[in-house]
Amino acid sequence: MNYFPDEVIEHIFDFIASHKDRNSISLVSKSWHKIERCSRKRVFIGNCYAINPERLIERFPSLRSLTLKGKPHFADFNLVPHEWGGFVHPWIVALAKARVGLEELRLKRMVVSDESLELLSRSFASFKSLVLVSCEGFTTDGLASVAANCRHLCELDLQENEIEDHRGQWLNCFPESSTALTSLNFSCLKGETNLAALERLVARSPNLESLKVNRAVPLDALTRLLSCAPQLVDLGVGSYENEPDQESFVKLMDAIKKCTSLRSLSGFSEVAPLCLTAFYPICQNLTSLNLSYAAEIQGNHLIRFIQFCKRLQRLWILDSIGDKGLEVVASTCKELQELRVFPSDLHDEEDNDTAVTEIGLVAISAGCPKLHSILYFCKQMTNAALITVAKNCPNFIRFRLCILEPNKPDHTTSQSLDEGFGAIVQACKGLRRLSVSGLLTDKVFLYIGMYAEQLEMLSIAFAGDTDKGMLYVLNGCKKMRKLEIRDSPFGNAALLADVDKYRTMRSLWMSSCEVTLGGCKRLARNAPWLNVEIINENENNDLMMERNEEDEREKVDRLYLYRTVVGARKDAPPCVTIL
Amino acid sequence: MSGFRDVCSSSGSVNVMIGVSPAEEGDGNAAAAISSEDSSSPDETVAGTELDLALGLSVGRNHSKVRSFSSSLASSSSSSSLTRESGTKRSADSSAAASKGNVAVGWPPLRTYRINSLVNQSKSSPAEDDIQKDTTKNGVKNNDASFVKSPMLVKVTMDGVIIGRKIDLNALDSYEALAKTLEQMFFHTPVTARCKETRRGSELLDGSSEYIITYQDKDGDWMLVGDVPWLMFLGSVKRLRIMRRSGETGVGK
Repeated sequence: MNYFPDEVIEHIFDFIASHKDRNSISLVSKSWHKIERCSRKRVFIGNCYAINPERLIERFPSLRSLTLKGKPHFADFNLVPHEWGGFVHPWIVALAKARVGLEELRLKRMVVSDESLELLSRSFASFKSLVLVSCEGFTTDGLASVAANCRHLCELDLQENEIEDHRGQWLNCFPESSTALTSLNFSCLKGETNLAALERLVARSPNLESLKVNRAVPLDALTRLLSCAPQLVDLGVGSYENEPDQESFVKLMDAIKKCTSLRSLSGFSEVAPLCLTAFYPICQNLTSLNLSYAAEIQGNHLIRFIQFCKRLQRLWILDSIGDKGLEVVASTCKELQELRVFPSDLHDEEDNDTAVTEIGLVAISAGCPKLHSILYFCKQMTNAALITVAKNCPNFIRFRLCILEPNKPDHTTSQSLDEGFGAIVQACKGLRRLSVSGLLTDKVFLYIGMYAEQLEMLSIAFAGDTDKGMLYVLNGCKKMRKLEIRDSPFGNAALLADVDKYRTMRSLWMSSCEVTLGGCKRLARNAPWLNVEIINENENNDLMMERNEEDEREKVDRLYLYRTVVGARKDAPPCVTIL
Repeated sequence: MSGFRDVCSSSGSVNVMIGVSPAEEGDGNAAAAISSEDSSSPDETVAGTELDLALGLSVGRNHSKVRSFSSSLASSSSSSSLTRESGTKRSADSSAAASKGNVAVGWPPLRTYRINSLVNQSKSSPAEDDIQKDTTKNGVKNNDASFVKSPMLVKVTMDGVIIGRKIDLNALDSYEALAKTLEQMFFHTPVTARCKETRRGSELLDGSSEYIITYQDKDGDWMLVGDVPWLMFLGSVKRLRIMRRSGETGVGK
């Protein structure tokens, strides 16, 4: 290869897209490192505090697309204080200053401000794509700047963000000349939408493939939108709790019939059964269906709909579909690859018959040979079922089981679920992500350490007996990157056993475990390349600091540690102590 | 801030609902649903344990672990402070940690966004608790008389009855009508039809029955039915519960 001119090598590298592969290439030789880094367009940073923007830009001057992740995963479940961090602003400032030709920015769990969005919109002339997932801190004013200033914007994708809705006219801010939109998702906006502006925008965007509207877009508006965008591939509808009258229904159905390219359907927060029926004409084309927000739809309507969806590859649904419904899925959706079943009734007032159990899970595993990813919330599980599932589906890459009641044993034998999960990790040799639940002893971790060779992410809650459990995992899972543990009896011995292990991991989260301040301090001393963060979000915080600042035996409420090349961050709030 | 295990052992409660405060489930069927190890039949568990548990802990207090975007966490008056409540992202400061509830923070592991979509099935405008804007639900608009009323279904449970029902509040126009309907649903079953206590239903409202009607409002509090104007009631009711009078403690004013 050394006899080829650099341009040729660079051209060859262009074919290598995956981050992992590109990282590997850069390690081969100095010249390859240089060629690779100068030609690298897309960079993924899993933890925004592992590196700083200046070093990023220095290494990858040709950067076009940046993906950044901020808060740890458990922030999704309110375990991380608001003000913890993950601010994107310094990144945008640095990128702007260095005149990077940024075209795409994808952020997850970060804090974004209107100021950041404004700066973004003015600094990058070729900016095309903004994807924000689970972010917060901005308002529709920020969106307005992006709409107004990013002349070449193709994609604006807002997923489950907390956006303060000023009910302004942000949709109006797209200039009339803007016709390049391919993807627009504002489903998480809570306020009213300027329907006229939306319709005009959609009408002048012939390349629009993905449109996800928010709750405030009524049925007749949806009909008009579909009529001007029959080319849509991906549609997110709004909220329709009222049954449409005959005429509206017919119009809607007619419009839908013309959308022959439609493959993916979502939204439906509150949807009357009849509205769902309007989509029957295109059911059989669907490859992706998300009805997981449609809490009021009863199981039988869901089943009737899904019966036609023979090509489904991805299904997100509520447990109101029941075991019977899952059996229908199993016999209908032979192409199914990913299934997520969410709980529909957290208050548990419904008859148990309507929820899903181990029976549904087994049915799916038996009926869907291509299944590789599952997220399953249920009230009960058995080892026998898990063992059967493992036999049926050895191809799982992601297996996340959440039994709603912590510590719940196998409901037929009252034993722990160690054997069941053990069977899963043993059979699924390619397993990369696992979440365990129910009654679990150290044994399950012995199995995980022994068999889960490809495991990269493990989520543990209310499980294990002693430090041994965590040690099995740390010692056994060579590819572990993210380990998150809550309410489990693991302490300092496990935390400190192999400090170098954390070099190979992105992060470790431990909350309501047995680690103490002393243990964390010792870890921080032995591993200066780690940021060891203690989070104490408590009204008693001040008291605690006074009382036992130096009490090393004090248990740490929340610990989050991660490797970094740039040392302790400077933007930590008072409730976070970096040791 | 003990782990959940400590909570389990110290509470001594019959069932500790995760992700739920006992306020929501006053009748036995919920207990039967959760405690699968419990071999007694639903009828037996109905007897009264869960009522005491629920009522002692719940009625009237702030239990709702998940709030809509706009509402705030009121301070709780609950006596049981087992674990912290999880609030929405917005209120994940000390108030969340300090307020009491029977819920492990952040369990079950669902994004706030998703939990809100389940809890917030209110037909009112998504971001506001403004009662002026929204005194009616689901189809009846103040300024549009031609708009068709579609059913406003709310769940009704009764202490001692396993199966809950749903009723259409939009089909009713007053508390009297509500009481009569409930009476027909719950008191005129084949079993009780023989005892011609036809007057019992109307007693639901006037205080002479053994039962009272309560409802859960938008904020998650349980209130006695009949105090506010009917339309206002329609605007805030989420579900109904017919409670045995003997258990009534601290129903919100």
